[in-house]
Amino acid sequence: MLALLWLTPALPLLGFVILFATAGRLPASAVAAVGVGSVGLSAVIALIITASFLTTPPEGDFYRQVLWRWIAIGSFNPEVAFRLDPLSLVMMLVITFVGFLIHLYSSEFMAGDEGYSRFFASMNLFVAAMLILVLADDLLLLYAGWEGVGLCSYLLIGFWYRDPANGAAARKAFIVTRIGDTAMVVGLILLFTRLGTLAIPELMERAPQAWPAGSATATAAAALLLGGALGKSAQIPLQTWLPDAMAGPTPVSALIHAATMVTAGVYLIARTHVLFELAPAIQLAVAAIGAATLLLAAFSALNQHDFKRILAYSTISQIGYMFLALGAGAWTAAIFHFMTHAFFKALLFLAAGAVMMCIGDEHDIFRMGGLWRRLPLAFASFLIGAASLAALPLVTAGFYSKDMILWGAWTSGRGGPALWAAGLIGALVTAIYIFRAVFVVFFGEMQIAARSRYGWRIAVPLGVLSVLALGGGFVETPAALGHVEAFSRLLEAVLPTQREVAAAPATQATVMAIASFAALAGVFIAYLVYLRRVRAATILDTSAVQRLHRFWLAGWGFDWLYDRVLVRPFLWFAQLNRDDAVDAVYDGVAFSSRVSHAYLSRTQTGRVRWYAGWLVAGSLAAIAIAVFA
Amino acid sequence: MAGIPLSHGLLVAVVLFALGLVGVLARRNLVFMLMSIEIMLNAAGLAFIAGGARWAQPDGQIMFILVLTLAAAEVSVGLALILALYHRLETLDADAADKLKG
Amino acid sequence: MTAAFYVSAAIAVLSTVMAITRADAVHALLYLVVSLLAAASIFYVLGAPFAAVLEVIIYAGAIMVLFVFVVMMLNLGQAATIQERSWIKPRMWIGPAALTAVLMAEVAYVLWASRKGNFAGANVIEAEQVGIAFFGPYLLAVELASMLLLAGLVAACHLGRGDERK
Repeated sequence: MLALLWLTPALPLLGFVILFATAGRLPASAVAAVGVGSVGLSAVIALIITASFLTTPPEGDFYRQVLWRWIAIGSFNPEVAFRLDPLSLVMMLVITFVGFLIHLYSSEFMAGDEGYSRFFASMNLFVAAMLILVLADDLLLLYAGWEGVGLCSYLLIGFWYRDPANGAAARKAFIVTRIGDTAMVVGLILLFTRLGTLAIPELMERAPQAWPAGSATATAAAALLLGGALGKSAQIPLQTWLPDAMAGPTPVSALIHAATMVTAGVYLIARTHVLFELAPAIQLAVAAIGAATLLLAAFSALNQHDFKRILAYSTISQIGYMFLALGAGAWTAAIFHFMTHAFFKALLFLAAGAVMMCIGDEHDIFRMGGLWRRLPLAFASFLIGAASLAALPLVTAGFYSKDMILWGAWTSGRGGPALWAAGLIGALVTAIYIFRAVFVVFFGEMQIAARSRYGWRIAVPLGVLSVLALGGGFVETPAALGHVEAFSRLLEAVLPTQREVAAAPATQATVMAIASFAALAGVFIAYLVYLRRVRAATILDTSAVQRLHRFWLAGWGFDWLYDRVLVRPFLWFAQLNRDDAVDAVYDGVAFSSRVSHAYLSRTQTGRVRWYAGWLVAGSLAAIAIAVFA
Repeated sequence: MAGIPLSHGLLVAVVLFALGLVGVLARRNLVFMLMSIEIMLNAAGLAFIAGGARWAQPDGQIMFILVLTLAAAEVSVGLALILALYHRLETLDADAADKLKG
Repeated sequence: MTAAFYVSAAIAVLSTVMAITRADAVHALLYLVVSLLAAASIFYVLGAPFAAVLEVIIYAGAIMVLFVFVVMMLNLGQAATIQERSWIKPRMWIGPAALTAVLMAEVAYVLWASRKGNFAGANVIEAEQVGIAFFGPYLLAVELASMLLLAGLVAACHLGRGDERK
């Protein structure tokens, strides 16, 4: 059954080819059938493969499928090969399953859009590219998928291309991630020249033999790969593109800019964790960047008015948690949080999309209000997603994964309590900002009428994702709460388990209790400030707080900073460079040919006799040379 | 029969050729220009005949006949062009057809 | 025979000079015919009777008649002659004459260098020899000439139809 593996990326790719080749000539029902069906079939195959993998694990806990040899240049023989191991299995399941639900949702959400076929073509291509990314056995093939998802991200952010702002957002996403991608390519070349291969298992085998821990080359390679991961996963300093990426349709934001693509950086680091373990400085940097990003983004999310931008900053913040986990060496926790985050963030986006669809595409949360009565399913789903994001204790999936990360940060050798404290503050702010959205949008006075309703194709994904957002966490619970270890045992073969720190279960329970308290406190604060509007909240209207509010609203001014530090000096330099000496040479060529043209064109009198005369003169000169010379 | 010095025969040919050339360059009337071209072609034929006679071979005459063929074809096309041009421009002035002026 | 060559040459040159200086197209054509007939007699003197006959029949006959037809079709009349006269000015001969003088000088230099021991016209080459050579080694040239004539025919036919779009 494992031999079916190649079908999982091939089916969405086939769907893309069909939709792309027909270029919108198919009726909408056929487009939906192809677009949703291809991913659905892919998800079914992924399930079959998973069942087969779990019941009869292949030897060495991985399955390798070579499709063909890409090229052969000397010793460079990259193969197009897929590698299924527990890590890629988890990724594949989440991508196909969440992808299928979001496709199903889109088939109703995007109905009537003129680019219906184009939308599904791009989405299918995205799923195919993302599956290639996670299944690749070779960093080169991984990079092909990496660029493929980047392309689809560009196409889908600028999906409504008639508005120039959307095109600008798409370009921004492409260019900013390109900076990271360039670093990553350099890293790949470095790895290849030093280790002579790009196949991931061989790389991971040779790297520790070739380089001692902390060596400069290993540090450089890890730093360059980290650059790629930062761009794709929207971490500081390359996080600025993600909030603008919300210009795309909401299902795109859910699938690409929340659930899957932006976590590619997390996957890359987890996949090449051996390299990062050889470079402790870089691993510490990963943790620091993750901690800084999660705090920055959480405070920005606290101040957004746009429904989708809140969720965008929240995504950046949650990926920050994953980076924190990676940096702390809690590899399994990062992947666990990736999974639960995919569930609850997709749910949040889809619920928000359903709300905005029903109230006529209004994005400002302060113009909504009191919608829980009119849109009960969307409200329930959003509430579940918010609870999971805020990590409300015991019942939500987010609680278990976030707890695992915090516990990992606490026990990690580097940073330890400082990283944990950052995560804890982040958890508090996360609870505040997401319940701010819940209270403002769904409670209070009704300000806007819900015009339309949604059908089963929107309701079913919301329901399924709600179940997952609640129950998805029970595959891994801490020692104090049942001690289920299914998830980490599954990933054992790929990712090293964290060094066991001698800590009493009591300590773990205490840490967990503090985190739970932070989450509940956040909800309560949000309730006081945004629903009860207690008098103390008037402090928010003072000018100093307002200034801070604007600063955070603009995402800590990173766009402004980059504009001043990078864009403007570059433009200034380009302007300066326009009239340099090199140009003068080419201008001179143009000038001299123009002048000579002006003179030579005077010889073109249009008089035949004149031409004949010169013909004769030339012939005479030629004869003279022949005769006298 | 002693014959004529080759240089004299060629001299006559060159003089006729030169006169035709002067006619082409000096006259503005297209009919006269075409006539002058005929003079030049005929002069070229004369040079071929003189050369062939010098070596007592038929090749000179053969070249003359080929030149004759060329002249016939050239005149038929040339005259047709002159007629077409006259219908369009209402004049035979070669300088009037200067649309190619740069 | 030598005298006949020089007399014919003198007639040819003089009548050509007259032909290129006339203002009336018909006069010029008549002088041209005279020039061609003189050239024919030169051919005869040089021992090429076949070429001489063709010169008379085709050049002086067919081609010149074609010219006469065209001049008739143009129907130029007195006004054209007057205009032609206004175009013929002494000044306009200077440039072409200078170029021609250079040409003459160059050729004269060549001829002067090879003036000795070259005599032409001692043997007569009959039409039979010409014909044998024509359909022997020059067969391809004959075919090419026929193609050329066909092309000329087609072109003249096409151009002569005039502008039918009007």
